[in-house]
Amino acid sequence: MADRIADIWGARTPHAKDTPWPVRVDLHLDTGLIESDVDRWVPSACVLCSNGCGCDIAVKDGRVVGVRGRAGDVVNHGRLGPKGLYGSWQWNGRDRLTRPLVRRGGELVESDWDTAMDLVVRRSKELLAETGPLSHGFYTSGQLFLEEYYTLGVIGKAGMGTPHMDGNTRLCTATAAAALKESFGSDGQPGSYTDIDSCDAMFLFGHNMAETQTVLWARVLDRLHGPDRPVVVAVDPRRTKVAEAAVESGGVHLAPLPGTNQALMNGLIRELIANGWVDHDWVATHALGYDELAATVQPYTPEHVAGICRVDPDDLRRAARIFGTSERVLSTVLQGFYQSHQATAASCQVNNLHLLRGLIGRPGCGILQMNGQPTAQNTRECGADGDLPGFRNWDNPEHIRELAELWNVDPLTIPHWAPPTHAMQIWRYAEQGSVKFLWISATNPAVSLPELPRIREILARDDLFVVVQDGFRTETAEYADVVLPAALWGEKQGTFTNVNRTVHLSDKAVDPPGEARSDLDIFLDYARRMDFRDLDGAPLIKWSDPEGAFVAWQECSRGRLCDYTGLSYAKLRGGSGIPWPCNEDHPDGCDRLYADGVFPTHPDVCEDYGHDLLTGGTTSPEQYKAQRPDGRAFLKAAEYAPPPEQPSEDHPFVVTTGRTAYHFHTRTKTGRSRQLRRAAPEPWVELSAADAAALGVTEGDLVRVESPRGHVEAPARVGRGRDGVVFIPFHYGYWDTDGDEHARAANELTLTEWDPVSKQPLFKLAAARVTKLADATGPAPAPTTTASAPHDRASVPATTGEDDVREDATPVDPPSPPPTPDRTPNVLPHAASKG
Amino acid sequence: MHLATYLGLLHTSLTTLADAFREVGRGHGEEPDVWHTCQVLAGRVDRQAEALAPVVERYGEHREEEPERLHAAELESTRSGPVGLLRDLQDLYTLASLADITWTVVGQAAQGLRDRELLDVVNACEQDTARQLTWLRTRMKQAAPQALIAAR
Repeated sequence: MADRIADIWGARTPHAKDTPWPVRVDLHLDTGLIESDVDRWVPSACVLCSNGCGCDIAVKDGRVVGVRGRAGDVVNHGRLGPKGLYGSWQWNGRDRLTRPLVRRGGELVESDWDTAMDLVVRRSKELLAETGPLSHGFYTSGQLFLEEYYTLGVIGKAGMGTPHMDGNTRLCTATAAAALKESFGSDGQPGSYTDIDSCDAMFLFGHNMAETQTVLWARVLDRLHGPDRPVVVAVDPRRTKVAEAAVESGGVHLAPLPGTNQALMNGLIRELIANGWVDHDWVATHALGYDELAATVQPYTPEHVAGICRVDPDDLRRAARIFGTSERVLSTVLQGFYQSHQATAASCQVNNLHLLRGLIGRPGCGILQMNGQPTAQNTRECGADGDLPGFRNWDNPEHIRELAELWNVDPLTIPHWAPPTHAMQIWRYAEQGSVKFLWISATNPAVSLPELPRIREILARDDLFVVVQDGFRTETAEYADVVLPAALWGEKQGTFTNVNRTVHLSDKAVDPPGEARSDLDIFLDYARRMDFRDLDGAPLIKWSDPEGAFVAWQECSRGRLCDYTGLSYAKLRGGSGIPWPCNEDHPDGCDRLYADGVFPTHPDVCEDYGHDLLTGGTTSPEQYKAQRPDGRAFLKAAEYAPPPEQPSEDHPFVVTTGRTAYHFHTRTKTGRSRQLRRAAPEPWVELSAADAAALGVTEGDLVRVESPRGHVEAPARVGRGRDGVVFIPFHYGYWDTDGDEHARAANELTLTEWDPVSKQPLFKLAAARVTKLADATGPAPAPTTTASAPHDRASVPATTGEDDVREDATPVDPPSPPPTPDRTPNVLPHAASKG
Repeated sequence: MHLATYLGLLHTSLTTLADAFREVGRGHGEEPDVWHTCQVLAGRVDRQAEALAPVVERYGEHREEEPERLHAAELESTRSGPVGLLRDLQDLYTLASLADITWTVVGQAAQGLRDRELLDVVNACEQDTARQLTWLRTRMKQAAPQALIAAR
């Protein structure tokens, strides 16, 4: 048995390049149970990070009692991470919302569905009569199922006709989508996890994969322990496990000052160009914008970049050499880029590195613009966030007509005068009182949005009617006028899609507690009560169960890049997830996209006409068509501009927020798992050794961190980050604290500011000052097994759990990867080359 | 030669525009994207004015006696609220449009004078001005429905 708290990634199963990743089946059951005690195994996939590991839910006596990785699944080959093993089911039956709550005399009191839904519908109808659909906002999640997002999307966009729909995906994955749209014309992950098995070099840009996607990191470790290991380059201000692996593999750890990513990336691109590591023939055939890119990066010499980012210029040269001279490079990108300054611009430069060398669409040459959440991809596909369903372009009248025809509504009902409203703007409208109805589903903005003092004020406004739909009584639910109890994973049916486009079906294992209902049923009930109709007077929503919603969505996806028409619930019960596009011609799905260097940039096909990376100004259809992209990718360029908030004499530190391996989001599930809670029970403040010494702070001392917006008080971990940077985990809110003090959540400090293109908030850079409040009573409650490891290892007891996981490296054959098509489905080929 | 008069007009237009960007950014500080983008664009307009300096050195610069006949009025103050924001962005759009067409006019003269250096400056600055107009149009298109229909 294994202790997967102490050993996050589990036992190694090393393998050589271009050989399949071996199987290892991870199993965790409730104390005292063995496999044969389990009544039923219900197929699903884990929803506690964006990786999408296939698993089976163990059911005994109508209760979930554990989970087992699925050996035949292409994503994880049987493995699960600590969050999946310990956090995916232990919350079951604890602290759940079981009945609707309504506010009476200022207090939330238990009620019934009819009363609660009546209140919601009455307020909805009042506001529609008074002001119209612009009074309504819907703020959803990256953790619902595809069927739920699509239904919500149709309700909002075709029933009500409000553009104010977004999800917390805006906080996690908006930049991934934006960077893919800018470079390749459409959302859709070019690469695949299988690229790890074949790469010679791996670049992780602002991506602490070891903690955010532990099973994927296990896959990397198995290559790093194999005979022909890849070289790793890590860009991260902290000394993460990824950064350690980079150094050990002979690669580079670049730790730029937060907010300077774009300068660093321009420097890397300049080195590629200056050293001739560019496939000019490929670029001439398959990309546009080379001259402007080359001119833009010209000033970014290694020395100039070193001055801005405070990195060693030779490290930058070495990193560029590795990228420029390795045969196969895989790049991954996450929040260190997405939640920082010039997010979209910097993430586009990662795409540019690959385009310059033509490293795309072949084994080992992937780009993975990662997600932070398990079902973020589905919000993006289905149009429950700031996108239209099926990757359709809001500025393309033909795409609007397609949707109107599909839904049988007037095209003018579908708001398309601008992109759908981004989350930060929806909250601003609520603050100004023009959005008066806000329906929050499966997300906890009172902890996860930036500048929480402001968010609490908005939620508390008398003129804002707040509906909260969740499985738990979250910090946000406390502000609601109506709380709707929702079923969670394992208690409902639906599909979802992970980072590399792999679709899984999650079947219902047990009944939800009390009167809780699936999110889909709640949305369907609302649509019925609102009586949304199509042009023929028939009900707008023509389905009543998950499979019906899935079939409706398939029709919406037909002929688009995210084509689901070749999938079905029956097919998804075949033992492994299947990556879209999946249609009649590609019944087994597609592992990689763009093998032929043809991209969905044709004006009739593309999801977006693009933006100016500096301001977010939108390219007009005419300007876009004049470029004649016709299947070529865009090399988008941008100069570096200083971040909006920089350290000063008053606030000399940069605070950066992020995750720890043991928790997910605001811990509504992981905080209720004994093992995970013990591993990281409370928040902490991570300082570099030199900064701690200068402040007179030692391990475990209580410190106060203050930004211009708020403060946090927590014990200090004297850690191994770069000087001048303070790290605080963002998971800790107030549901498990006593009193009304707000000094725990990292977002008390963060600023209301977002990327001009993706509109993703800047969680990674707030200026702050740090003061010591009291001496330590013990070490900080930070794990020793992660990037939060102490500077002085001997001073803190190691983080451990129990030997309660079975890891079975059975000699079964790993699943075969899905095929990579020669030509990507539903992407028009290049037009004749321009003379 | 009246080019000097037009260089004067251009120079004044640019300083007026840069100040207006800063003023609107300050006045709508509660819209973070407006604040930040206005500061960035003001800095870029400053750079346009700097790029004009060597040209002015060659041709001179004549400031018109009767400013109201030639120059756009400066932005004295900003308005408040969603409709105020919209209206202020429209003022910026007007000022940026004046700068844009003035660059075009000066560019025509540069063609006639076969002045390569001035043509390069005009090309770069016209692209930069187009970027300002694009952002302003984008932001107004986003804001207009909410401001005109739902705002109190």
